Amino acid sequence: MASSVEPARNEPPKSGAPSSPGALLSSADVARVVDRMAHQLIERAAASDPGSPNGGLSSLVLVGIPTRGAPLARRLAARVEAFSGTTVDVGIVDITLYRDDLRLRGVRALEPTVLPDGGIDDRLVVLVDDVLYSGRSVRAALDALRDLGRPRSVQLAVLVDRGHRELPIRADFVGKNVPTSRSQQVRVHLAETDGADEVLVTEGDIT
Amino acid sequence: MKRHLLEAADLDRADATLVLDTAAQIDQALAGREVKKLPTLRGRTVVNLFYEDSTRTRISFELAAKRLSADVINFSAKGSSVSKGESLKDTALTLEAMGSDAIVVRHSASGAPHRLAHWVRGSVVNAGDGTHEHPTQALLDAYTIRRRLGRLEGVRVAIVGDVLHSRVARSNIGLLHTLGAEVTVVAPPTLLPVGVGSWPVEVSYDLDAVLPKADVVMMLRVQAERMNASFFPSAREYSRRYGLDARRMSLLDDDAIVMHPGPMNRGMEIAAEVADSVRSTIVEQVGNGVSVRMAVLYLLLGGNEPA
Repeated sequence: MASSVEPARNEPPKSGAPSSPGALLSSADVARVVDRMAHQLIERAAASDPGSPNGGLSSLVLVGIPTRGAPLARRLAARVEAFSGTTVDVGIVDITLYRDDLRLRGVRALEPTVLPDGGIDDRLVVLVDDVLYSGRSVRAALDALRDLGRPRSVQLAVLVDRGHRELPIRADFVGKNVPTSRSQQVRVHLAETDGADEVLVTEGDIT
Repeated sequence: MKRHLLEAADLDRADATLVLDTAAQIDQALAGREVKKLPTLRGRTVVNLFYEDSTRTRISFELAAKRLSADVINFSAKGSSVSKGESLKDTALTLEAMGSDAIVVRHSASGAPHRLAHWVRGSVVNAGDGTHEHPTQALLDAYTIRRRLGRLEGVRVAIVGDVLHSRVARSNIGLLHTLGAEVTVVAPPTLLPVGVGSWPVEVSYDLDAVLPKADVVMMLRVQAERMNASFFPSAREYSRRYGLDARRMSLLDDDAIVMHPGPMNRGMEIAAEVADSVRSTIVEQVGNGVSVRMAVLYLLLGGNEPA
């Protein structure tokens, strides 16, 4: 189902885009992918709630997972609004206190958790993250959501799906499927957090 | 962060700020939630080892650990093998053998948590040792000041009363200095320690002169149980010179706040109408204590291997 979302696009990154050479997605590609995901969100919301005045979008909440899921959720909401004319609620759920790898990776500073006024009860929640890999972040986010309310349904949108799931989790909206090996690193850079939009695949544990 | 939290000096400015920021995030994440519980410390065991009476500190640590899903064992010296003569070391090793990951200790002897930290593998948190330190109280006081006034840098804090016997004062002076606040201690000369000249504080004997220049007034409890000598002529005289009453409160700036670590002696160091006024943060401090202690337990235990 996830693969049906991505059109066949094998062209190399456009020259002249402000991205590193060899970037998997340039900044123009990222913008296009976000636009496409916004259209899919609109379609899916309409299908889930036929007959509602604004195509089911009033019950939609885009909930970003920090760090980069949060700006992605805001961008998706802005594009959905641009295409449909309906404002969409945005939230952030910090999953640090729900992680199962704190012992392996050590504690880290917490990020804020922000929910729309009125909470998420009976809403259509779409979790937004940059990269889907093991699925453990999503599991932690689902646990966090359970403590925050009872959504009508929860879906998942990711910019990049790189495979290697360790849990039975799949995304409902995928920007780009990227076959990778476990030794590779997929890094999403966004203007809000890193100065420019691009997606990079690098070999080994650089940084 | 170090493995233990034994005194305010264990926290540099970055660590202290991390604790306060983490507490703020936890506060905000739990605000208005139906389920006020996080799974972070599931499967960890926190032992509250209390050799001295305590209401708010023990309950606060217990609640903090439980909100993070840790298992909590409360140990008080009364009714335990301590009354059969078991030493602190043997008690601690016994608790650790049963799988405790952290020991929160209160003891009447200054330095007891330091000794404990050398004997056990888990983390040790000082919840008050004699007249030495009480670092989580200082953290929750700093957190309260930051929430009320929006900053700590340059905030003028007057710490008033029984500084000599006060572990709260020692920890607060250390931590507030680390965080950039300016501290003045106000006390009768008999209730100041000999070495106060080496502390990073101003010293005053005149409360009325200090109050107009203070953003925060922190009243200390007169610790009758630690006074085996006469430090002042009478309770009435102490109260008249160093107690905070309504007249003195009127000398304060409009935004200044009044703090007290509790338990209060109403009518002694603080008048009832001051304790119940809008300036008073006394109840707020108790609530903030839980969030700050959650932050401390998370930062000390979250990243460690279980015992």
